[in-house]
Parts: sequence; C-alpha cells; structure tokens
Amino acid sequence: MAQSETVILDHLGIKRALTRIAHEILERNKGVKDLALVGIRSGGDHLAAELQRRIAEIEGEDVSLGAVDITLYRDDFSTRGILPVGKTDIPFPIDGRRVVLVDDVLYTGRTIRAAMDALFDIGRPRNIQLAVLIDRGHRELPIRPDYVGRNVPTSRDEKIHVEFDESLQPIEVRILKP
Amino acid sequence: MSILIKGGRVIDPAQGIDEVLDVLIEDGKIAKIDKGLKGKGEAIDAAGMIVTPGLIDIHVHLRDPGYEYKEDIVSGTRSAAAGGFTSVACMPNTNPVTDSKSVVDYIVGKAAREGFVNVFPVGSITKGLKGETLSEIGELKESGCPAVTDDGRPVVSGELMRRALEYARPFGVTVISHAEELSLVGEGVMNDGFVATELGLKGIPWVAEDACVARDVMLAEYTGARLHIAHVSTRGAVEIVRQAKARGVRVTCEATPHHFTLTDEAVRGYNTNAKMNPPLRGADDVAAVRAGLADGTIDAIATDHAPHHIDEKNVEFNIALNGIVGLETALPLALRLVEDGVLSLNDLVARFTVGPARAIDIPRGTLKDGVPADVTVINPNLEWTVEPQKLQSKSKNTPFGGWKMKGAAIYTIVGGKVVWRRES
Amino acid sequence: MVFRHKHILGIEHLSRDDIQTILDTAENFREINSREIKKVPTLRGKTIINLFYEASTRTRTSFEIAGKRLSADTINISASGSSVSKGETLEDTARNLEAMHPDIIVMRHAASGAPHYLAERIGCSVINAGDGAHEHPSQALLDLLTIRQHKKTFEGLTVAIVGDIAHSRVARSNLYALTRMGAKVRLAGPGTMIPPGIERLGAEVYTDIREAIRDADVVMMLRIQLERQGKTLLPTLREYARFYGLNQENLKLAKGDAIVMHPGPMNRGVEISSYVADGNQNVILEQVENGVAVRMALLYLVAGGESKE
Repeated sequence: MAQSETVILDHLGIKRALTRIAHEILERNKGVKDLALVGIRSGGDHLAAELQRRIAEIEGEDVSLGAVDITLYRDDFSTRGILPVGKTDIPFPIDGRRVVLVDDVLYTGRTIRAAMDALFDIGRPRNIQLAVLIDRGHRELPIRPDYVGRNVPTSRDEKIHVEFDESLQPIEVRILKP
Repeated sequence: MSILIKGGRVIDPAQGIDEVLDVLIEDGKIAKIDKGLKGKGEAIDAAGMIVTPGLIDIHVHLRDPGYEYKEDIVSGTRSAAAGGFTSVACMPNTNPVTDSKSVVDYIVGKAAREGFVNVFPVGSITKGLKGETLSEIGELKESGCPAVTDDGRPVVSGELMRRALEYARPFGVTVISHAEELSLVGEGVMNDGFVATELGLKGIPWVAEDACVARDVMLAEYTGARLHIAHVSTRGAVEIVRQAKARGVRVTCEATPHHFTLTDEAVRGYNTNAKMNPPLRGADDVAAVRAGLADGTIDAIATDHAPHHIDEKNVEFNIALNGIVGLETALPLALRLVEDGVLSLNDLVARFTVGPARAIDIPRGTLKDGVPADVTVINPNLEWTVEPQKLQSKSKNTPFGGWKMKGAAIYTIVGGKVVWRRES
Repeated sequence: MVFRHKHILGIEHLSRDDIQTILDTAENFREINSREIKKVPTLRGKTIINLFYEASTRTRTSFEIAGKRLSADTINISASGSSVSKGETLEDTARNLEAMHPDIIVMRHAASGAPHYLAERIGCSVINAGDGAHEHPSQALLDLLTIRQHKKTFEGLTVAIVGDIAHSRVARSNLYALTRMGAKVRLAGPGTMIPPGIERLGAEVYTDIREAIRDADVVMMLRIQLERQGKTLLPTLREYARFYGLNQENLKLAKGDAIVMHPGPMNRGVEISSYVADGNQNVILEQVENGVAVRMALLYLVAGGESKE
C-alpha cells in the first residue's frame, strides 16, 4: 500500500497541458490533414478523445479517433499470465496516416512498443508520433515522446495514477510513494 | 495334527449354531464343537472373534489357463484365502475354455498341488463358449465340475438353454445363467440412466437383464432343472427370482458386493474400475438387491472376482474390460450390511456358506462333525484400509482403493491347515 | 481477471463468470478476424497440437485458424495419418506427445471421457473439441456468443434444441451453458433420441417440435446422422423431416425475431429445410465466424493460466 499520495497535476493543469499538446500537434503536422489519434487502452483512449475535442475547437474539424488494446502484444504474457482483452477499435484505414499514439503515462516504453506493433498489424501509417500526459522516465527501449504534458522524475517504486471521472474526463494525476 | 479354536462365537447356519464354543480340528476334519474343549496341538484364541464354516465364493475368474498375466490358480487362491474364502468356483472363460475333461483335470491338479483353497471348476455350457453346441457336461461333472455356465456371455439361443437345462438335470449339474439380452445391451457400457446421460455413455437398460432372467427362470420351471442366476443386479431380476421361488421353481441366485454397495454414480470421472457387467445400477436396484439378500431370495454373495491387467483398465472407458477383483474386499463390504441393519450376522454367514454350497451342490459350507475342516476366523472389529497394491491378487483393479474397512478374516483354515493368517 | 482452468473439458465445470469471461474475451477477438493482417503475436512460441481421432473439418480448421491467428504453432494429428491407427494406446500417445512439450492439446475423440483421460495423464492443457456423446464446449460457447449478439442477454430467453439429444454432445454442452446463463432450454426429438433423466439437467422435454419451438427466441437444430446412430432409432429420414424437421411453417410458431442455428454440417431437407437454412432468420455462418473468436479466447485463456497480479 502506498504511504503517501501527492497531486502533481490538478484538473486545470491537465486541461492546460492537453490544450498545449493539441496546439503542438497541429503545429507540427500543419493542420489536421491525414492526422489520426489513437489512444492506448485504458487511459490513453480517454485522453485521445480529449485531444480530439480540443483540436476540433481550434480547427473546427474532427480528426479521426481510434483506440488500441495492447494486451495481445505484451511481452510479458508468459510471466504475467492472462489479462482482460480489450477491444481494438480503429474504424478507419491507417495506411498513409500520421498517427499520434496517446498514452497517459510513459514509463519503460514497452507499452508503446506493443502499441506500435499492433498498429503495424492493422496497416502502414506514414509516421507515428507519441503524445503522453506524464513522462516519468526509466525507459528500457529507445522510445521518445513527441508531446509531453509534464516530465515527472520518479523512482521505480513510486506509482503514477491518472484519475478519470465517470464521464472519462481526467481529474488529476497523483504520485504514490511507498 | 490338531487345531483348537477357543472361545469364538461359532456361527454355522447349516446347523443352526450361534454361540460361544470351541472348535476342535483333528486330522483335517471337524472333530468336535463344544464348550471347554482341550487339544494338544495349535491353539487359536478366538475370544471376540467369529468362527464360521470356511467362506465360499462360487463366482471367481482365476484366469488359469490362458490369462496368467491377470491371475493364476496360485495367486487367485491366495487372494481367496486372504479374503477368508476356503472354496472358490472358477469360471470357464479360460483359454482353452474349460469345456473338456483335460482342462478340468489341469485346474483340479494344479489347485491340489499349489492352490491355497479348494477349487471347484465350473465347466462351460457350450463348447468354446460359442453358444452353438453343448459341452460334454456329463464328463465335466465326472471330472469335478458341479455346475456349468457360459459366464461372460448369455446362452443366446433359448432352445439351446432349454436343452442345457434338460441335459444337465440328470447329471445333477447346476446351470448358471449369465443373464443378459444382448440385443438390448447393444453398445452399452454402463447402466442406462441419468448418469449415462450426463456422461454421454451408452446405457445398458435393466430390462436387458430382467428379460433374460425371466426367460431362464421360465425355462427352469418348464424343464424342472436346477438353475442358478449369476450376479443379479436389478430390482426386476430379484423380483422375478423371488416369485419363481414362491412357485417352487428350482432357482437360486447370487449378488456381488459391488452391486449391493455401489451405484452407477461410481462411474463418474470415467472410472474404469467401476465398469463391470452387469453394470453398477441405480439406488433402487441396490436397495432391491439388499432386500433380496435379507429375505433369502438371494442365496449367496459371490464376488465375480475378475482380475484384469492395468493395461486393460488404463484406457478410455468404452474400451476398458469389464470387472473388478473382489475376493479380498467382499467380507468387510458384506459386514457393512449387518452394521446397516440390512440382515443379521447369522444370515450373512449363511449367504457366504450354506447358501452358495447348496446353489451348486458342493459338500462344504458347514462345521458338521466329520466334514473337511474348512474354517474362517473373523475379527469383526479389525479396521483397515484397502491398498490395491497390497492385494494378494495379481491384479489391482478395485474401485475400493482407499476405503476404510471394518472386519477381516484373521485365520483361513482349509482341510485343517492354516493357509492364511493375517498379520497384526 | 480470474480464470482458473488449466483445461477446458466441458461446460459442466465452468461457472457463469467463466462463461462470461470467455464470451467477453471472444467478443474482443472478433476485430482481429476482420483485419487485413489477421494475426497477433500473443501466443508466439506456444505449440498447440490438434489431436483429432474423429474426422472433423470445421472444428479442426476453426481451432487451427484460432491458434495461427494468435501466432501459436499449430500441428494437426488425425487418427488416419498417425500411429493411433496402429493400435497405440491413448496413454502412450499422450506420453509421446508430451515429450514434444506442447502447451495445449485440442482433442476430438469418439469416446466420451477421452479428453479427461488425457488431462489426467499429461502436463499441458487439454481442450475438449468434442468427446463422444458427452460435451463439445467450444461449440456451445460459440452458440452462446452468437445468441448474445442477437439477444443481448440470456435471462428469460427460450432456446429450443431439436434433434438426436441422446447422442449429441452439442445438446449437452448447450444445455449446461444456457441454463447456467439463465436461459430456458427445451429439448425435442423422437422418443428414441431423448436420453433418460435429461430433464434433471434443467431441460424441458418435448416430443412435438411444434410445442418446443412455440414462442422460442432461438431454435437450434441438430445434425441427424443415421449412419452413426444406427438404423433402429428412426424409420426414414423422410419421416424425420416430416415430424422433426424445421421448415417455414413450423418456424412461424417461434417468436417473429427468433434466430435459427445449426452446428453444421447441415442435412438440407432433413433436419432443416433449405428455405429456413438460407432464410433471413438463420445465423449459421455467424456461428462459424464466432467459432474462431471463441476458440481464440479459449486458447488465450488456457495458455495464459492464472493472472499473476
């Protein structure tokens, strides 16, 4: 059990970070042409929906939105055993698209590896970019985010928790110290 | 050479004896039964024990000649002795079939030389058990067969069964019927009923047994010959025999410990040690068999001791061979009936002694002065656990492994000789 | 997630939650089957042996595709093409297979209980792909998935299963699964094909197909196999079709939105008329499609074993 919890990002802080990321995505990709957002279940899919909303507010256009479940692409199946399989739901062809993968917390990078493998089983995007709300370090793979809400230095025994409300809006980010 | 069995509760239903007495054995014969007897030789303190005429099992498969990898006359009779039996009647489905004097001579000779208990070979009704022509029943009788049967198979032809009864009658040979109507058995591998439905196994309906029992009982009535029905397992079969006896038909029957102990529920898990023929039946059949034992409709408890090699049981249920070993578990299973109040100890001893002896007319089953001294001393309170690997039989195919038992033979005496003494 | 089954030997051993888990997992596997690249790496390095002692095209193929789409190595052994026809005992076959270290054996056998026998003697997981007249769990689960897609829930549904109930493993597994999920099951067939005591498993038994399918939400027809079931059970297929076959007429007795199912292969004109088999109420090909997803779910759940977190 965690001994102490500290809120490192509150509701307003998350809103500002997501708004900034939306702007950065549009700036880097020069608009919404061929753009697609794919959230990683579960957490990243809710944030991707938030980003879609903000991009629509800024550009007045809906960008394609999908979700990917990486359970079947995990590299720890033989040690972790079964986990519930979520649904991968990408209702548009990703061939030739600029796909922004969205996740809540970037840690070792293994989840992102799995998500990229999942995307390549579905099609061949033009490029893949990575947006995360929190980057907590400790990478085990050569993976680097393109858009970061906040960098949070952590130790390995700490946990980062992103809280969502019932309407799947992000409320706050807490750090749990042992 | 004498043995004095002192202070046991002597039960000999043939003579109506049931009291604490001493039994003196001299020169291989029962010399005297009385109080306060003295003897020079071996003394057995039987205080608290039950002393009975040697138990008789008229339905065992010794598998010798031909299937010695399952059992032979030595191991089979050792298993019998360990179970308290002093006489067994062995079935003719040997290889070659026990359908001729030479095979009977072999069995009788080997049993006399190497066997632990008395062996009465049962000859086949038909040559080679083929159900086509009668065996030489006269010569079989002369060689030592008190009875004939095609056990394992029914005599399919009603006509041939009629002739067998007519032919056997003047020789004083009992015809033993393995009663099943094969066309109703079909491909069945267990009792037809709810458990078979659940397990998806083909069923053998009780009517397959009842129909053939009815036919053979009527043929016995028609011919006036002596008929014995092997291993009755259904409510209907018991009732048919009960009514026939009331009409004066010369019919007797036997039931096995597994048929009065287990139901077809034992098959669950596809337990091949619960596969036998007749199959384990439903609870109402078990109750009827118990009632038949209690009221004397069923004359004898017989084990249908059917040793099989592990390779013949360790297979898919539907191809596993039928039968279980029974000699070493029969007595404690039967004693449970007394504990359950089904029948008196006296009646139980009768089903193991005078009942079977009369069914196939062998001069055993009593402690009358001057008869060969076959005696079983039973400790009714001895508690033990069935460990299949420790059975004396060569085969270990029992569904009772791990069962806690109460009661065991502690001395088995055949012809005045102790052939089995239970350790501890 | 809790799924504590090393083997899938029958629906009898599965709880309501287990069935729910399998169906939910299968539902999410369906998406993979509609992709261009129909493969995920989950069971990479796992070896699955399809050990089929009975001819079966559809179940074997379905399991094979399911294994391959999960990236497992799947090997097919059929009775005719292996040592089993040379009289090797099942135990020896099991030992030999075990020496090759498979992770899962999918077994079809004519003897009821054969997969149980195997499971008791082998270290790897065993999935029953149909044993004698006993169980066919993956078929029942794909049937349930299909029913759930159309009816959303099982509570309060009436499912009529018509045919040779006595010799049908599909009927038994469906009976267990449907009653466990809260559906009402009616069984119907000729008197020779109703096994004793089946009502004790929670079914209502009918001998008139019209009564059985009246107001039913689902009508499931079973395959009649005269050659396997012997000549004594039925006079003719013609008469069977007349009294126990599903046709446009008697189907009208079922609810208007009733779905028609068949585990296949169908005997058109016997247990099911072509009009019904091809009609708009049939979901027969959906069953086949769901079969792959359900079998993927079973392989996934069995291969992973208990979640360690």
